[in-house]
Amino acid sequence: MNAAVAALPMRHDELISALDARQAPKRTVVAFGFWVFLLSDIVMFSALFAAYAVLVHATAGGPTGAHLFDQRNVAIETACLLLSSYTCGLMTLSIGSRRRGATYLFAAVTFVLGAAFLALEISEFASMVAHGAAPQRSAFLSAFFALVGCHGLHVTAGLLWLVVMMAQVQIRGFVPSVERRLLCFSLFWHALDIIWVGLFSVVYLMGVAP
Amino acid sequence: MSATTATTYDRAPGDSKAHPRSEAFVYAIGLLLAIVLTATSFWVANTSALWGPGVPLGLAVLAIAQMGVHVVFFLHITTGPDNTNNVLALAFGVLIVALVIAGSLWIMTNLNSNMMPSMDMMNLHGQR
Amino acid sequence: MNFLGKLSWNAIPFDQPIIMGTVAVMGLVIAGILAWITIKGYWLYLWREWLTSVDHKRIGVMYYILALIMMVRGFADAIMMRSHQAIAVGGAQGYLPPEHFDQIFSAHGVIMIFFVAMPLMIGLMNFVVPLQLGVRDVAFPTLNSVSLWLTASGVLLTNVSLVVGEFAKTGWWNYPPLSELQFSPGVGVDYYLWSVQISGIGTLLTGINFVATILKMRAPGMGLMQMPVFCWTSLATNLLIVAAFPILTATFAMLLLDRYLGFHFFTLDGQGNQMMYPNLFWIWGHPEVYILILPAFGVFSEVISTFSGKPLFGYRSMVGATMAICVLSFLVWLHHFFTMGAGADVNGFFGVMTMIIAVPTGVKVFNWLFTMYGGRVRFTPAVLWSIGFMVTFVIGGMTGVLMAVPPNDFQLHNSVFLVAHFHNVAIGGVVFGAMAGYNYWFPKAFGFTLDERWGKASFWCWFIGFYLAFMPLYALGLMGMTRRMQHTNDLSWEPWLLVAVVGAFVIGLGIVCQVVQLIVSIRWRKLYRDVTGDPWNGRTLEWSIPSPPPAWNFSVLPKVTTNDAFWSSKQQARANGDEPSVASEFEPIEAPTNSATGVIAAFFAVVAGFALIWHIWWMAGIGVLGAFVTMLFFAFRDEEEFEIPVERIVEFERAHPSQVSP
Repeated sequence: MNAAVAALPMRHDELISALDARQAPKRTVVAFGFWVFLLSDIVMFSALFAAYAVLVHATAGGPTGAHLFDQRNVAIETACLLLSSYTCGLMTLSIGSRRRGATYLFAAVTFVLGAAFLALEISEFASMVAHGAAPQRSAFLSAFFALVGCHGLHVTAGLLWLVVMMAQVQIRGFVPSVERRLLCFSLFWHALDIIWVGLFSVVYLMGVAP
Repeated sequence: MSATTATTYDRAPGDSKAHPRSEAFVYAIGLLLAIVLTATSFWVANTSALWGPGVPLGLAVLAIAQMGVHVVFFLHITTGPDNTNNVLALAFGVLIVALVIAGSLWIMTNLNSNMMPSMDMMNLHGQR
Repeated sequence: MNFLGKLSWNAIPFDQPIIMGTVAVMGLVIAGILAWITIKGYWLYLWREWLTSVDHKRIGVMYYILALIMMVRGFADAIMMRSHQAIAVGGAQGYLPPEHFDQIFSAHGVIMIFFVAMPLMIGLMNFVVPLQLGVRDVAFPTLNSVSLWLTASGVLLTNVSLVVGEFAKTGWWNYPPLSELQFSPGVGVDYYLWSVQISGIGTLLTGINFVATILKMRAPGMGLMQMPVFCWTSLATNLLIVAAFPILTATFAMLLLDRYLGFHFFTLDGQGNQMMYPNLFWIWGHPEVYILILPAFGVFSEVISTFSGKPLFGYRSMVGATMAICVLSFLVWLHHFFTMGAGADVNGFFGVMTMIIAVPTGVKVFNWLFTMYGGRVRFTPAVLWSIGFMVTFVIGGMTGVLMAVPPNDFQLHNSVFLVAHFHNVAIGGVVFGAMAGYNYWFPKAFGFTLDERWGKASFWCWFIGFYLAFMPLYALGLMGMTRRMQHTNDLSWEPWLLVAVVGAFVIGLGIVCQVVQLIVSIRWRKLYRDVTGDPWNGRTLEWSIPSPPPAWNFSVLPKVTTNDAFWSSKQQARANGDEPSVASEFEPIEAPTNSATGVIAAFFAVVAGFALIWHIWWMAGIGVLGAFVTMLFFAFRDEEEFEIPVERIVEFERAHPSQVSP
């Protein structure tokens, strides 16, 4: 398995189109570059995942996942993030059809859902710390807080970005640069939900499974 | 000039070729599938219907399926020739992720199993 | 809470004469340069044309300059180590106390890998790749500038550690538990972590930039299989950067969490797992060495085919070998810690994979040899560096395969045999490649060739010096000498160590020759002027434009149909007896505006990094906020591009009539 497209013989019409084609349009270049960045981000998460998997039983006599994780909370968080992904998609559609009001509406809903996710997560962390399950307690907890916390930091950054983007829409309108950045934002937001799928499955559900 | 060539450019990841109305439909289906898969995951984790050791595998399969739903329905990544670069990049990323996680687990498990038996001894060194 | 965190006057090592002397000299040199710039009134020029430039050519040159300066510092560390080790045998104590010696070998490794080898290769790729692809710049020019300046931030922080505080004493890998707070309570490890973390972000952004550029932006008609091999190796390199650097970021983040917030990833208590660090570190670390060597392989492909007057032998197998190396490099990392105890099964797997990865490199070596065979080889300095590489790198590679066998490695792990091996491939491969590229592309960048005599002299000094300095280390390793030893008791090692220090000084002579080469070439630049833009009868697109190229690279974007695009168009022109034509249909060109984003973001990165190292929390906040605000300014700026009018292009073309239009 290798990453080279070139091993495949080029078909005749592809050759013609390559000759005719100028460089890819800016939207494609920007979105692809951001896509590559997202993949690098996912590799970073995989290192944190690997660390978590290695340290999941290193509880140093302290609380385990089964003791700590509240499935109801996790279910609500998952619902918030998943729905926010959906509303982000609706926002993308509004941008495509140039409906400003709808864009702001769906952006706002996405923001609220994302913020709700964060609020639940922060309160979960706070209550864990209050019950002595701080990251300094054991390697397992360090890995948990780092992995889930890193995702939460990304969500925070995303919310901040969304606010800035709405400011840009307000000031600039739907100019190409703003559209490109909104496309990148939607890629980011969906990727965060993809990572969350891995997180809630591996950390929370596998953690509480009997 | 080649008026007959269909697509001259690669498609940006995240862009969809579909009509806006059908695109909304696509998002809705994606959401529905994701909800079903999520609910199933929660059920699998809490039920005793599955054989115990099979639960992590079931959860992993459901997670991968849901990630696929996101990639196809929300990110509009397809297998068409205009998406080749996007798919290849994704495949490369997935390969690295698999190597990092599987490789680390294999290595660390072997390393840990070859360690001296008493874990208590470690706590003698630090007083935190 | 102390206003200045852990910082106090004690941080400056007034009681260490060697450091104070070095700092004094460095300070004088820097002050001298700044004064000269001020007196000559160059600040505005520097700011407008270089510091805020988003031009890939300027950025490439700046990376290179940064690397060469840091090479001097890294080399100074090397000379100190060699000379100290030659003396500190038996009863003699040498002149470097252990705390100092430990910082030197750590700094040497960090500087040479992160701040010399990486910037050399990234600088070459920056300058050359867009030109070879027939495009006007990389995909994200401003991001490119940010990458450069973040790397410079890392350099600055590492050098500040010399004056204020200390550097890590843990070796360049920084393994826990030694690197944890318990055993390294000082700021040294933090300097290391933040310097590399910050410059690592810059490198990751470069990776993204070049993957997007190479895959999405090429001259019309240039499919992937018409790209020059240097662009293929750059693609593989940048894919590796994108895949590997995030792992380093995560690993360092975990260690930083341990040190700053009391987490237990790698600590001795809390059931931390120290062995996980080497595992994660080397998942990055092994691809890193391929990130360093692949661009060098690309340079050699270009140089050898140009100076043999033949197309590169086996283009497809070169591409296949390159991409195979790209993937295989992620399957061998455990060979860096065979002795950590994973057991025979794991060691066996990774041992076999390590041997397999030598195969594609062998394919490349044979391709280069077959390219030269039957050609009329011109022995310019670039070719000497290439031939020197082939001999030296093959030897180094073979010792690598020797150590790939786990039982052998158990004898040789962390001995100076290992040190000799990796210097063999790093110097023979990366440094020789950088020097070949330097001699080859210098005329394109600056409009005049380098002096050949001094170039050859510098090569021979480096070549002979390298063998004198490192072959003894192979023998010493087999005799049992461990690496990083501040003092040894075995007197039979001394003669070998003396030969090694002589070699180090001969290498130093090579560096002097290179400085002289540059000075002489600048003085004689009118004589060495490159009028045609094609001083070597080159084969690829960068030789089709004047030297130095205009900011917009190509006045008319070239249309490509074959490999070695420039060569085939030259052949065609000769066959048709064409007059050199100046295209009359120019269009205005949109160019990205200069941006201070890179410099200013880097400034705040340095502030944040320094503050975090010394626990000055309010200052760290300012740094992070400042970087964020800089990003906002960039996001809301009004003008991204400006138009280069046709008149300017016509004027340039009239002054530099092109020989052949591709």
